[in-house]
Amino acid sequence: MSQRVGVVTFPGSLDDTDAQRAVRLAGGEPVALWHGDHDLQGVDAVILPGGFSYGDYLRCGAIASFAPIMTEVIAAAQGGLPVLGICNGFQILCESHLLPGALIRNDHRTFICRDQVLEVENASTSWTSDYEVGQRITIPLKNGEGGFVADDATLDMLEGEGRVVFRYVDVNPNGSLRGIAGITNERGNVVGLMPHPEHAVEDLCGPGTDGLGFFTSAVRQVLASA
Amino acid sequence: MPRVIVDVMPKPEILDPQGKAVHGALPRLGFSGISDVRQGKRFELQVENVDESTLAEIATIAETLLSNPVIEDFAVRVDA
Repeated sequence: MSQRVGVVTFPGSLDDTDAQRAVRLAGGEPVALWHGDHDLQGVDAVILPGGFSYGDYLRCGAIASFAPIMTEVIAAAQGGLPVLGICNGFQILCESHLLPGALIRNDHRTFICRDQVLEVENASTSWTSDYEVGQRITIPLKNGEGGFVADDATLDMLEGEGRVVFRYVDVNPNGSLRGIAGITNERGNVVGLMPHPEHAVEDLCGPGTDGLGFFTSAVRQVLASA
Repeated sequence: MPRVIVDVMPKPEILDPQGKAVHGALPRLGFSGISDVRQGKRFELQVENVDESTLAEIATIAETLLSNPVIEDFAVRVDA
């Protein structure tokens, strides 16, 4: 039986079908979840995809963090369910306080879209166990508000506890403090990052298949714990 | 009907790219002497009446939805 990974669609989500496809290519069964429902349909993991939920009104991810299904996502995440937030999904995880910090407008004030090199710094989360610490991966980055910020005490805590999962290599594309591209919670089941692994899962399009490991990691972990 | 104003501003230590863009445009328009610009948001909330519990509730709204305390400060005031 393949593992079921839910992908939440909010009004304004863009990359939900790409995330579903990445799950399928990783050997899992994608399950479409709807923002207005209070039902996770018994999935084994959840992905909050990229896009512009609720038009990015108020703040990116702010209104989505109060969507009906987030009640269940937050409770399940606190109980250990693997949850991955990509781009707008990362913003939603920060707004819902599942992850610390916040994402603000890029320091150079322009939307950025490029193939971005990341270094993996934590390979023991639910979403990165198929990578190795120090491994460099290239996946697309596309955001207008991707600058990760937090106070110094929070940044020190994240670094001290090994909770910086990815850091930007060569350039800091959006002004993120300490070059942080992605972080995890204390337990390692919730991961958020600005770049898009779901756009790097096939050789035909995108910069390669470096992103597939996110999805195989989660599918494998769920199998191991079943 | 009374109105309560909630002002939300980026914290002083948080970079404000929008304010910087506005500030950068001023010299091009011939305005000098403005040393910095910070951009925030203003919310106008209509209420039935203004009392202590209403203001306390609005403070909660400001803290949970209208602002993100990680990056923003807010101030609540009654519109005179």
